[in-house]
Amino acid sequence: MLRIIQNRKYYFFISGVLVLASLISIGMFGLKLGIDFTGGSLMEITFLENQPANNIVTEKLLPFELGEINLQPAGEKDLILRLKEVDEDTHQKILQTLEDEFKGVEEQRFESVGPVIGQELKSRSFYGIIMVLIAIISYIAFAFRKVSRPVASWKFGVAAIIALFHDVIIPVGVFSLLGHYKGVEVGLLFVTALLTVLGFSVHDSIVVFDRIRETLRREGGAHFEGVANKSVNITIARSLNTSFTTLLVLVTIFLFGGETIKYFALTLIIGIVAGTYSSIFIASTVLAWWEGRRKK
Amino acid sequence: MNKILNVITKPFRRLFSFFGAYGNRAGRVRFHVLLVFVLAIIAGSFDYSRPWNKSADFINLQKNKVQFVNKIPNIPQFTQQFPFRLGLDLLGGTHLVYEADLSQINQDDYSSSMDGVRDVIERRVNLFGVTEPLVQVNKVGNHYRLIVELAGIKDVNQAIKMIGETPMLQFKTEQATAERDRILAKYLTADEVEQFKDEICLNGQATSAFLVSYGEDPCYAGTELTGKYLDNAETVFDQNTGVPQVSLQFNDEGAQIFQIITKINTGKTVAIYLDGLPISMPRVQEEIIGGKAQITGKFTTQEVKELVQRLNAGALPVPITLVNQQTVGASLGNDSLQKSLRAGLYGLLAVAIFMILYYRLPGLLSVVALGIYTVITLAIFKLGSVTMTLAGIAGFILSVGMAVDANVLVFERIKEEFKAGRGYAGAVEEGFWRAWLSIRDSNASSLITCVILFWIGTSIVKGFALTLGIGILVSMFSAIVVTRSLLKIFIGTRVENWRFLFNAPKK
Repeated sequence: MLRIIQNRKYYFFISGVLVLASLISIGMFGLKLGIDFTGGSLMEITFLENQPANNIVTEKLLPFELGEINLQPAGEKDLILRLKEVDEDTHQKILQTLEDEFKGVEEQRFESVGPVIGQELKSRSFYGIIMVLIAIISYIAFAFRKVSRPVASWKFGVAAIIALFHDVIIPVGVFSLLGHYKGVEVGLLFVTALLTVLGFSVHDSIVVFDRIRETLRREGGAHFEGVANKSVNITIARSLNTSFTTLLVLVTIFLFGGETIKYFALTLIIGIVAGTYSSIFIASTVLAWWEGRRKK
Repeated sequence: MNKILNVITKPFRRLFSFFGAYGNRAGRVRFHVLLVFVLAIIAGSFDYSRPWNKSADFINLQKNKVQFVNKIPNIPQFTQQFPFRLGLDLLGGTHLVYEADLSQINQDDYSSSMDGVRDVIERRVNLFGVTEPLVQVNKVGNHYRLIVELAGIKDVNQAIKMIGETPMLQFKTEQATAERDRILAKYLTADEVEQFKDEICLNGQATSAFLVSYGEDPCYAGTELTGKYLDNAETVFDQNTGVPQVSLQFNDEGAQIFQIITKINTGKTVAIYLDGLPISMPRVQEEIIGGKAQITGKFTTQEVKELVQRLNAGALPVPITLVNQQTVGASLGNDSLQKSLRAGLYGLLAVAIFMILYYRLPGLLSVVALGIYTVITLAIFKLGSVTMTLAGIAGFILSVGMAVDANVLVFERIKEEFKAGRGYAGAVEEGFWRAWLSIRDSNASSLITCVILFWIGTSIVKGFALTLGIGILVSMFSAIVVTRSLLKIFIGTRVENWRFLFNAPKK
């Protein structure tokens, strides 16, 4: 049997470093918000013949006075243009100009988000996260209402929430780095992925807590550390296998699923790896640590 | 006699007994498995109806060759009227959000105005020949919006133009000469006024040019009669020349106004303006009763047709502006569809291989259960006409992970029960029962997340939440009902002693 609960300080240290690094990165770089939140336009264009250099494209678009244009190659022949919000007329004129200049241009997608909509999506995402958090805390308190000795049911909720923050902060940290160094933007799909990670994280914590609850009922709570350690050890195979199968699926989406949902899959992958780690090494160890302090 | 009856019914009784009709335990389990497979076949035929329909055809054909037997009704065909609904991001198409400007409208009339906007846009959109266009009023805070989704449309630009255009039909009467000269003098020199004043109002193009340059109309003054009073418009051809014309029919109120206008202006011209420019300036011969008017001009048949369509589609009660557009080209959509389906397939395969290698026989059974799970979920997507988007497919693929999780929880429990020294039947029963609490509690939290995502999300997020949610529900069914029934089949058979099949320690 692995002495997970007893060796908790190592695991706390690893998680602490990761969370701290993520927080620092978020504090320094923030997230690079996509047009979903800031408003603006995005054009993805395929050059059927040869792809021109970025600065030539920028030069040709100068007459439109678009301000800063961000050009990012995608795939072999594709180019993604990010610019300020333009109306349909300007959009068509830009397209026409590109067609005239470079011959054989095909528009793959075009998105345009007005500033009001962007603001709205931002606040909606925020409320969504808050609502999910509240709903999940209430649910855990409800599901574990019958456990009161030796650990109060709300403490399970708090421990699950700590694990949950751990699981969400790490992918956010990674994406703030990706945003800073590789220009990866976060949009609605990112928020969706984070909320899904929230759901999964709690899902994992509950499976372990469920086991602690059951073992407590059978063996009593005299040695909480022992009970917790046993429960974590028993559920470890399940935690790893489940995460492994989910990751198999996510990695295939990441590799083969196409550009649009690539980063969606990556967010989930990071979140689920963090979630598996925290369900084994953080959720119940926090609980045991708390119990240990109470007894002293 | 009894003996004969006995012989005839024996195979049936055997069959019933095999499926537990007389209360034997093993039979009941077989019956459950049978039910599950029947369900899977029905669901599978919704997903893909060809095999069923082909075999039904074949059997019906053979059956109808035999006398008497052909009195039995034919095996029905599976309906194909439930197609998969693909979202814009997979089919190509455009998602448009328009914001309505209601500042000129009384608060009480907001929703009726929006309904009016929706009806007009719906009529315009229907002209594009897109299958199942979506036009929807959406209220966020104080913003009233109209969402238009056109799947599979080829020329998005043209569509946006047609949606946004407000055909404004006006009937105008001649300006008094003094007023005409006053307006002309405002913009032109005295010489020019003298030169143009007699011609400018006889020539529609000249009037238009002046209007476009200076924004004021020297020739005609507006009347009350507008497109609002139009009942319908149609294309007619001049009986003598064969030139296409637009025939207008006003409603009762419009007919009365028209009658008054024509009475006052008999002998003068009445101009018809479209979108602020004159398109026809007929001279009124006599008072017109009945509200019928004709627009003539140098139109091509195509132009007349478009004009009639636009007039019939009507004018918007309030102005709208495009605030959000998401357009996906058909080739990118198709590419995404292929890629995500391939990703899903590879993912499923990888999971299946892992499950069989790690859990052996139960793993194999869980793969069967997973197959049934997939078939049922897809059938629900079809029957519930769930629109499949890229995010939706991701949600579905992710729910496969959940389905596996339920199985993994159960198998780990069963192994534990084996270790604790239970026999096969006890281990399976106890393992399921104990795992169920974990499955229920843990999936509940994911379901809560899905509900909230569905509630607050935009259409992309909604699609994801919906497919994930449906997937989680079906996955619970698949783990508890399907996998359990399959495992129970081996109770009391030799298989239960082959412990290596369960990756469990020897007794």
